[in-house]
Amino acid sequence: MGLFILRRLGIMILTALCLTFIVFFMTNLYPNLEKLAKTQGNFRMSDAEVASYLGRNGYLDPLPVKYGQWLGVLPGWTVEVDEGMRGRCVQGTVAPEVLAAAPRFCGILQGDWGFSTVFKDEVSGIIATRLGLTGKLMFWVMVLMVPSALLVGVLAGMREGSRTDRTLSTFAITTTATPEYVSGVILIAVFASSAVGLKWFNGTATSAMEDATFNNFFLPVLTIALYGMGYIARMTRASMAEVMTAQYIRTARLKGVKFSDIVMKHALRNALIAPFTVIMLQFPWLLNGVVIVETLFNYKGFGWVLVQAAGNNDIELLLGVSVVSVIVVLVTQLISDVGYVYLNPRISVS
Amino acid sequence: MDIIGWGEIITRILTQFTPVWIALVVTFALSLIYKRRLGLYGKLFDSVIGMTGFALVMFWVYTGIFGGAFGWIVTHDTLSQISGLKNKVPGTPVPDAAAQGLYPYYLMGGDNLARDVFSRMVVGAWEVMKIAPFATLFAFMVGITLGLPAGYYGGKLDTFLSFLANLILAFPVILLFYLLVTPEIVLTGIPVYMAGVLFLFPIIFLTILFNSRFFTQPSKRNLYVALTLVIGLWVYLGIAWDADPLGLISFPPNLLVVFVAVVFVNSPTVFRIVRGLAMDIKTRDYVAAAQTRGEGPWYIMLWEILPNARGPLIVDFCLRIGYTTILLGTLGFFGLGLSPESPDWGSTINEGRKLLSIYLHPALPPAMALLSLVLGLNLLADGLREESLRD
Repeated sequence: MGLFILRRLGIMILTALCLTFIVFFMTNLYPNLEKLAKTQGNFRMSDAEVASYLGRNGYLDPLPVKYGQWLGVLPGWTVEVDEGMRGRCVQGTVAPEVLAAAPRFCGILQGDWGFSTVFKDEVSGIIATRLGLTGKLMFWVMVLMVPSALLVGVLAGMREGSRTDRTLSTFAITTTATPEYVSGVILIAVFASSAVGLKWFNGTATSAMEDATFNNFFLPVLTIALYGMGYIARMTRASMAEVMTAQYIRTARLKGVKFSDIVMKHALRNALIAPFTVIMLQFPWLLNGVVIVETLFNYKGFGWVLVQAAGNNDIELLLGVSVVSVIVVLVTQLISDVGYVYLNPRISVS
Repeated sequence: MDIIGWGEIITRILTQFTPVWIALVVTFALSLIYKRRLGLYGKLFDSVIGMTGFALVMFWVYTGIFGGAFGWIVTHDTLSQISGLKNKVPGTPVPDAAAQGLYPYYLMGGDNLARDVFSRMVVGAWEVMKIAPFATLFAFMVGITLGLPAGYYGGKLDTFLSFLANLILAFPVILLFYLLVTPEIVLTGIPVYMAGVLFLFPIIFLTILFNSRFFTQPSKRNLYVALTLVIGLWVYLGIAWDADPLGLISFPPNLLVVFVAVVFVNSPTVFRIVRGLAMDIKTRDYVAAAQTRGEGPWYIMLWEILPNARGPLIVDFCLRIGYTTILLGTLGFFGLGLSPESPDWGSTINEGRKLLSIYLHPALPPAMALLSLVLGLNLLADGLREESLRD
């Protein structure tokens, strides 16, 4: 088991390196750098001005070198300009002595995530606050989604083919077929617009960042939860239906055990093994939903930062965002594999 | 003229869809009559869920073809703006319609640029039909061509390909879209190179398919392989490199980026499914029999394993078209790829959502359209799964 986790960790690091390199490569293509220079300076910059801006900010080094600097395995760039020295590890233009006193290496490994060009702030700080906000959103999504999905799945799966099953399955299919930008629009239209007139909830969640209430937070949470719910419910239903046909359930029924006891005591535990992995693997998908919902409801969390960073080619912020999301994806995969082994006595990794 | 009521709006919309109704009735009548001779497709008509899904899907397919390609159902031009109809409610009459020979009403109202919402929704179906099925098909060709050897041979090849697939799957889809589908990336030519690689797979797939089947009949094999190569490479040059020697086939560059991005995102999942199926099926007796007969590995993969994996693959194909539709909507929603005036559903929803708290009608029709199409595909997949499990 230890070796298995160690091997997985090795693959994870390799994957994270490859992915960040791809992001690095894509964002450092010259047209993208040019766009960055023009959004930072002005849109009528000449080619020479663009080149000088990029040179002053260390963007013109060869790609592997820049990647090494970002990682922190190569010393940060330094450039001599008219007014003094500029470098990766210092802010703005400084005297040579200040640069000499600054650390030579400043990358991810040293805990320096870089500086965001859009927000004019440390990347680590931005990501920490935004991740906190998204964490709040995700927590409530999980609180709403997991119990209701399991309930729907178990109720549908315990009597396969019954009317309850048909109704709940149709509901589950409908929610999986509704992407967040459709369900969000429909929910806002019905519950938040002045045209219908219900106005039960707020159509934006901007105020929920400071002070989340049922009014301003329920719609975004529901929108994300609905999309993931159908899938988990269908998995639970399938696994519940399979367990209910097993021999030991038949034995229990023939012994005369009450139906509710069979479901609660005998079937439920075995039926929940498969949904557990599915719930863990939903995290990457939820990340997608988060981006859409945060844009739709104007909730300035992690997904919103992703859109801002990508839209403005904010290289270091985008890299930070990718690192975090890749870690989230890979760690949930690992937990789902390990958890599956622990929950299911029939599977062993060795 | 006055604004017409909901009753008349619905009647008029149903009338506009007449060609679709006729086509649907004909399709269903023919399929129900001959359903015993039509294999899996015919069996679909035994399940209510499958039929409902099929009806929804075919409704949008016919709407797309008749409305987008033939221009029958649409009431107004999708780009023309008529002054005075900005954000007007459904059923608003068009001023001077009779004099200019226009349809007298905006059946689903006007959007914030005073364009007809109904016509844009109808043409939006055509935008989906042009991309989603083909992108899914291409993703399947890539996934099958790589997944079969990975599952069949296993070993280093499998480790390497699986690592690549997991790498792409670990990317948040939206980040990938933001990196791939921007005008700056189009300038660098990366999408063209990706298209150059991805679009080779269908040709490789078909060539190997025919070569392994007719290896013992050289005359037949040469004919099929030559035909595939000539037609395939011709289309390939036209679509991927925009270098068709005859100048007949070309592909708008912004559509190409969207196409490539969607194929790229979908193929790793297909790869994983095919690989899993191949690993399962290669232990069967008929594969061992073929190996004993001395068949080549590609013959076994494509003509023994693949046909026996068709059930799950067909079901996944339906689901994946729906997922591709969702992805296209996502692209439109973030304003990536397609031009801003494009009537595709994602862009229309994105435009409509900005005024959602006051005007519902520009955003809701495309949202409901997308929902019903994807729901139809899901139900269809469910029906197919049920029926293919039965035998």
